[in-house]
Amino acid sequence: MSTKDDELLKELALEEYKYGFTTDIEMDIAPKGLSEDTVRLISAKKNEPEWLLEWRLKALRHFQQMQMPTWQNFEHPDVDFQDISYYAAPKTKPKLDSMDEVDPELLSTFAKLGIPLDEQKILAGVVAVDAVFDSVSVKTTFREKLKEQGVIFCSFGEAVQEHPELVKQYLGSVVPQTDNIYAALNSAVFSDGSFVYIPKGVRCPMELSTYFRINAENTGQFERTLIIADEEAYVSYLEGCTAPMRDENQLHAAVVELIALKDAEIKYSTVQNWYPGDKDGKGGIYNFVTKRGMCKGDNSKISWTQVETGSAITWKYPGVILKGDHSVGEFYSVALTRNKQLADTGTKMIHLGKNTRSKIVSKGISAGLSHNSYRGLVKIGPGAENSRNFTQCDSLLIGDRCGAHTFPYIESRNKTAKLEHEATTSKIGEDQLFYLTQRGIDPEKAVGLIVNGYAKEVLNQLPMEFAVEAQKLLAISLEGSVG
Amino acid sequence: MLSIRNLHASVEAKQILKGLDLEVKAGEVHAIMGPNGSGKSTLGNVLAGREAYEVTAGEVLLDGKDLLELSPEDRAREGVFLAFQYPVEIPGVSNINFLKTALNEVRAYKGLPPLEAKEFLNKVKERQKLVEFDAKLANRSLNEGFSGGEKKRNEIFQLAMLEPKLAILDETDSGLDIDALRIVARGVNQLRSKDNAFIVITHYQRLLDYIVPDFVHVLYNGRIVRSGTKELALELEEKGYDWIKETVDAEGAV
Repeated sequence: MSTKDDELLKELALEEYKYGFTTDIEMDIAPKGLSEDTVRLISAKKNEPEWLLEWRLKALRHFQQMQMPTWQNFEHPDVDFQDISYYAAPKTKPKLDSMDEVDPELLSTFAKLGIPLDEQKILAGVVAVDAVFDSVSVKTTFREKLKEQGVIFCSFGEAVQEHPELVKQYLGSVVPQTDNIYAALNSAVFSDGSFVYIPKGVRCPMELSTYFRINAENTGQFERTLIIADEEAYVSYLEGCTAPMRDENQLHAAVVELIALKDAEIKYSTVQNWYPGDKDGKGGIYNFVTKRGMCKGDNSKISWTQVETGSAITWKYPGVILKGDHSVGEFYSVALTRNKQLADTGTKMIHLGKNTRSKIVSKGISAGLSHNSYRGLVKIGPGAENSRNFTQCDSLLIGDRCGAHTFPYIESRNKTAKLEHEATTSKIGEDQLFYLTQRGIDPEKAVGLIVNGYAKEVLNQLPMEFAVEAQKLLAISLEGSVG
Repeated sequence: MLSIRNLHASVEAKQILKGLDLEVKAGEVHAIMGPNGSGKSTLGNVLAGREAYEVTAGEVLLDGKDLLELSPEDRAREGVFLAFQYPVEIPGVSNINFLKTALNEVRAYKGLPPLEAKEFLNKVKERQKLVEFDAKLANRSLNEGFSGGEKKRNEIFQLAMLEPKLAILDETDSGLDIDALRIVARGVNQLRSKDNAFIVITHYQRLLDYIVPDFVHVLYNGRIVRSGTKELALELEEKGYDWIKETVDAEGAV
């Protein structure tokens, strides 16, 4: 590749994060440190029942005995768990009735992030937004409309108060406390998050959407999300995040659990754009999330779609346990890394029921000095007669100093299973760029077009509105000033 | 419109063009012929601004503007179009979306607003018809899985959409069967006007039966060594490139 293109690609790869700013809102922050007292404080702040406090304490004891894993394809940063504050709530924590009551500074932050929380859109009934600002839900919209259908969509804390039987039944049923060290940590100290329950036979009338953000300095974020689709129910849930620029590393260790009962379907989409650190990799979010769904009933379906462009380190494997017969699990992923970003992400498809099917489409994009790993497990249990998996795993390299890695694991204990795996690695070529610029297209836009074309199969899985946003995000992420 | 003077260019330190002169006026079609390795494709790439081609001397003016100063995208916006010898495939990018982006970028450069969706689609339909381009292909990913002939025809469709001042067809006839060649030539003839100009680079005279040039130039060893009208092409066809090589080499020896 010629020098000018090299320079262009280098600039694109080194571009500064566009959404860096901080908001000054008074915070109520717990002292740093992790102990039984911390857990008791969180539980008390949230006015939790005794069983949940016990559950948290049990998780804490697991956490204290667990070791950091060593198998990941990056060097685990030193995280001092005693140097983190485990609880932060905006001091102004009223229940709000209208947008007028929301802190204007918060609104302007949302506006800068491009979060469509404007009243028009909400009045139009396009999406219900449960905007999580740090640890406590500030505002939940459209609850009433959902309520008519029997849909419960609220903060996790509220669910604990109002629907304790559902929380107690399903919490930790897909991601056990002992699953991994960060799941144990989250179980001990989770602050808030979202809860969704779709009753039997109900097709949720709108896309549910939550915007997670990280705002308080030195405050680890431990969201907890639980989504239950009862028999024959359907829900599409969108999660999107951008975070203000920060100098200090911030740990994010969320847990998301999905449960689909008989004939139910859950579609979970994520656009993640947390602060990735500066071009030297300083700062930036550690995104260590455990996401898993359980196709509990026959003919159920769970589909994960993720577009990951942010974070210094992304470490997550949204997976599906295919327990019900004829159940379906899907995973569609675009992970873009640049500068010194690291991503080790993929999925786990655990086939237990008969005639279960899973499909994995992973598109990695690496630029700059980044490293992008796909790691996927397809496991076929002895009872999973005639189960099938299709895996497609592609890597796109921009420039010649980045890395793409693939770690597929297959464990089959049933001879009737059919497994397919396809993988490609390609580079954005000088010839492709020249072709587009020769037609008058700006080089930055040209890279955006090529990358979006490459990721199209995954972007097509996103709900329309989100797909447009994700396309822009991919283009912006690779944008730079062209000399 | 186009004025090339004493153009020298090299690729990977190898001198390919060694003092090329060419004047092209609006409304004209110029054919550039020559043996393999004479610098035909280099000329197209240099005019379009491909980075690997280094201009070491000379100047190129497009309507008085110094073309060599401009980036590839700005040359395109000024009205230079290169129909590629080997059009590349860009998976997942729809032909239509690509064309819309290109067209609107060119319009923005000229200070024009983007075309309305309806206007754009009307234009697509009209131009498809004009150059006999299959509507199904227009909706597919850019050149992905296209046959060689379909790719070449897509180049002509793009040409029809973008309406450049100066179109350079780089061996557009290579790999085309006779029917495809006729269709491509018909398309080009439809697009000829008093305001635009074409440089048709070809190895064979055959294409010039269909796209009749006003001038024919023979490129050899990085320079135009013969210029004439379409009869020159016929003479070349008859006598072969060795004839040119021998006479030119002999002249050089004098």
